[in-house]
Amino acid sequence: MSGYDSALSIFSPDGHVFQVEYALEAVKRGTCAVGVKGADSVVLACERRTTLKLQDPRITPTKINKIDYHIQLAFAGLNADARVLIDKARVEAQSHKLTLEDSVSVEYLTKYVAGVQQRYTQSGGTRPFGISTLIAGFDENDKVPKLYQTEPSGIFSAWKAQSIGRSSKTVREFLEKNYPTEELLDEAGTIKLAIQGLLEVVQTGAKNIEISVMKPGAAPRALTNEEIEKIVKEIEEEKAAEAEKKKPRTTE
Amino acid sequence: MDIILGIRLKESTLFATSKAFTRGISVLKATDDKTIDLNTHNMMAYTGESGDTTQFAEHIKANVQLFGLREGYDMESSEIASFVRNQLATSLRSRKPYQVQVLIGGANNEGEGFLSMIDYLGTRCDLPYAAHGYAAFYTMSLLDHHYKDDISLDDGLRLLKLCEEELTKRMPMDFKGLNVKIVDKEGIRTIDF
Repeated sequence: MSGYDSALSIFSPDGHVFQVEYALEAVKRGTCAVGVKGADSVVLACERRTTLKLQDPRITPTKINKIDYHIQLAFAGLNADARVLIDKARVEAQSHKLTLEDSVSVEYLTKYVAGVQQRYTQSGGTRPFGISTLIAGFDENDKVPKLYQTEPSGIFSAWKAQSIGRSSKTVREFLEKNYPTEELLDEAGTIKLAIQGLLEVVQTGAKNIEISVMKPGAAPRALTNEEIEKIVKEIEEEKAAEAEKKKPRTTE
Repeated sequence: MDIILGIRLKESTLFATSKAFTRGISVLKATDDKTIDLNTHNMMAYTGESGDTTQFAEHIKANVQLFGLREGYDMESSEIASFVRNQLATSLRSRKPYQVQVLIGGANNEGEGFLSMIDYLGTRCDLPYAAHGYAAFYTMSLLDHHYKDDISLDDGLRLLKLCEEELTKRMPMDFKGLNVKIVDKEGIRTIDF
């Protein structure tokens, strides 16, 4: 120990705050979450931990959480930390509506969440939140999909498609390569790209994936296992066909 | 002098509130809405000290909505009634209590109606029909006479019409008509009355 990683609000001589960097490490160990924006939809996809043999699957907490009726938050990192942050976000969303009559915008909520995360890196007696979040949704009376990310340091950023958590780099590279540059994605395309991205790192397939689709002015819809399985199968078939094509022709 | 009326029916709950917004001896507005939707299947009609009413209603709504988001399922009518009663009882013992009278009603998943009246003292009573203020004097006898258990929506609306006629005839003040809302398993809707 160098002594610069015990107390949180202390810089190391070269300008690092180690605790924040360790928090990012906790994020990297968390299960992967992906967000993809389409023309009129935004999709959150998460890797789901397998329930153990004797565990009751009904109460397994989800990684995709409603913050308000038009905003959802997915996270990667420490589950318990996320619960606290999510509750703070929900209270702020209602408090905002109570004082200003309007629902929170996705950007406002992102700034709030990032603000809370930042505060926990600078005040005494606390440790940073070990989570990164993807915040997705629509502003009230607006059809433009929004997707933001926040990090333990308090940084926030806007994205067309982004992944966080374990092997997020692989997924991000996949998304960068496959996100269409010209036309915007339709709903089915957005869902497919999100699943494709997640499948890069989730080997166990459909049963370990959860998906939530958001459309303007409608309640978020979680895809059923059957729906996900169907899309996963489609993707796998495409992949197999692709591999078949690439195979060097053997002379008969 | 506000009219706050609720009737619990077989598969829905009816609310009627006066449209007049009065201050002192003047009517300031003829399209006032003295109700608030708490979640998809529950609403609250309120009267009392103006200012307190809106403040209290919005406070209740924010908490009911927050509950829905936190728990992943909506609060039921009777749960909301308990919560509101508790809030009013707590407020009564504070430095400046809310002076609000409310009717809370809704429909559960099976579509059964629910109605509860609560006053600023924290007195709660779950009833088949209820009214706050002077409206009670003119309508209770009608409701006592005509109300039956398991009454249909159409019969309920007819009964409400009788109440409106009586109120128009006997109330000294022009209340500018009634704002009528129905809650059933489809949700909350306003109807032309």
